[in-house]
Amino acid sequence: MNPVIQPRSLFLALGLLLALALWLSLALGPVSLPLADTLQAALRLLGVPLGGARLEQAELILGQIRLPRSLLGLTVGAVLALCGVAMQGLFRNPLADPGLVGVSSGAALGAALAIVGGAALGGLPEVFAPYLLSLCAFIGGLGVTALVYRLGRRDGQTSVATMLLAGIALTALAGAAIGLFTYLADDATLRTLTFWNLGSLNGASYARLWPLLLVTLAVALWLPRRARALNALLLGESEARHLGFGVERIKRELVLCTALGVGAAVAAAGMIGFIGLVVPHLVRLLVGPDHRVLLPASALAGASLLLLADLAARLALAPAELPIGIVTALLGAPFFLYLLLRGRA
Amino acid sequence: MLRAENLAVQRGPQLVLADIDLELRPGEVLGVLGPNGAGKSTLLGALCGELSPARGQVWLDRRPLADWPGSERAQRLAVLPQSSTLNFAFRVEEVVAMGRLPHASGRLRDGEIVAAALAAADAAHLAGRSYLALSGGERQRVHLARVLAQLWPGGAGQILLLDEPTSMLDPLHQHTTLQATRAFAEQGAAVLVILHDLNLAARYCDRLLLLQRGRPHALGSPEQVLRAEPLQAVFGLEVLVQRHPERGHPLIVAR
Repeated sequence: MNPVIQPRSLFLALGLLLALALWLSLALGPVSLPLADTLQAALRLLGVPLGGARLEQAELILGQIRLPRSLLGLTVGAVLALCGVAMQGLFRNPLADPGLVGVSSGAALGAALAIVGGAALGGLPEVFAPYLLSLCAFIGGLGVTALVYRLGRRDGQTSVATMLLAGIALTALAGAAIGLFTYLADDATLRTLTFWNLGSLNGASYARLWPLLLVTLAVALWLPRRARALNALLLGESEARHLGFGVERIKRELVLCTALGVGAAVAAAGMIGFIGLVVPHLVRLLVGPDHRVLLPASALAGASLLLLADLAARLALAPAELPIGIVTALLGAPFFLYLLLRGRA
Repeated sequence: MLRAENLAVQRGPQLVLADIDLELRPGEVLGVLGPNGAGKSTLLGALCGELSPARGQVWLDRRPLADWPGSERAQRLAVLPQSSTLNFAFRVEEVVAMGRLPHASGRLRDGEIVAAALAAADAAHLAGRSYLALSGGERQRVHLARVLAQLWPGGAGQILLLDEPTSMLDPLHQHTTLQATRAFAEQGAAVLVILHDLNLAARYCDRLLLLQRGRPHALGSPEQVLRAEPLQAVFGLEVLVQRHPERGHPLIVAR
């Protein structure tokens, strides 16, 4: 399987795809905006004085509803894909998923606690609730990942295999707890719980975007600095050590990046599967496994794919909206099987 | 140079390696022999800093090996493990180029070195192919090229540790690999190689270390070590030792 595309062409294509996905995601919805209006309204948002009542309405839709949602989708997609690359590198397995270290299930557990706990306390203050939910999800993700990491450590060494198994065990445990909450929840709580567990960009706001954007920027700037180390790590941990890399420190950084990135993504948009698994895999098929190309390309591809998946979630049953996790799984799982079968042939 | 001083390694309550005093000399190939579980790979692990010793010390030049910063150490000391777990579709030259990661010699120079190292490991024809499409023996040669590239061109002060580099190779490539190793040592590097084939050891090594249950049983020239008594004592194998009719080194035949 030699690279199909030169890195430069791939970046160009992915850049165009992202621009297209962003435009579609801004323009399409219950009220479709023509391209010209979308562009002009975007310019107005940036402070260019353009007149017209029609544009005023377009600016409102764009600025208040579509833009935060599109930016949230873009960021969630990018950070999930980046963390997917990090985990596949850490576990030296192209089929690893960013949820393996327990961060997704931990975040889901944190969120479930907040939802059910909030309902049990008779509902939280309206202004306060979404932040508490996100915060609990973030803390849950970090907490479970920290536990998985600790369980994987022995004599100052981190065993990736033990971490993997600990991640599976804790994911099952968190699943059981969430199941219990689901069983005990009343109808309204159940609906929130389910919707949140399947992921959604609905309810995107700038307030929800900023923390995630900061975390994503940090991850996106940090991981490429470790691209060479990630390449060496694919050879094996001893081999990476013999090549002069501080393997323990790098493993710690990768787990931390993933816990922060996926934790923040789940906190902002719920559980969205398959992006972190499929995107790096797909990009690797196109340009090979070199992390210097793989990391930025996966970020671009993940952002585009999540925007398109969100578009499908919004438009498929309009005016109703599907949880985006259903769309990514519906598209991702068969595609993944196709990749597997093709790889075997 | 790399020197082990009264080295011992503990695993659980047991000393799996002890009483190792050893110096790798520039330009010399040192072979390590011994039955399964004699501590050969443990010795290699301790010599490269992967295993921390329970007693004793490993020195690189006049500094303890553990005190060397990672990349500086990697510019001096390369290790070829028994097998690799690489499971990603790198191209062959990308795998070999990873040997250049500790260096900052530039893309152009690295490209030349990768080509030279591939040629030295008799793997130049594999360039351009996906690593995953290679056979076990071909992969082993690609990794040999990788560790050669890490130290290329090789010289006094550099150390190469090889753990059974011939285990998956056909007879011809067992010889070409050890010839390449010898040629590399002749540039000045010190080489330690773990081998199972006594005749390959007799032919290509300057000195041999015979390990038994984690202790050195004999250390010396092939003529001194490859005699019937020590081989019987360590391997429990009755052998006849002849002379190679053309080259004169010991030739070992099981009785």
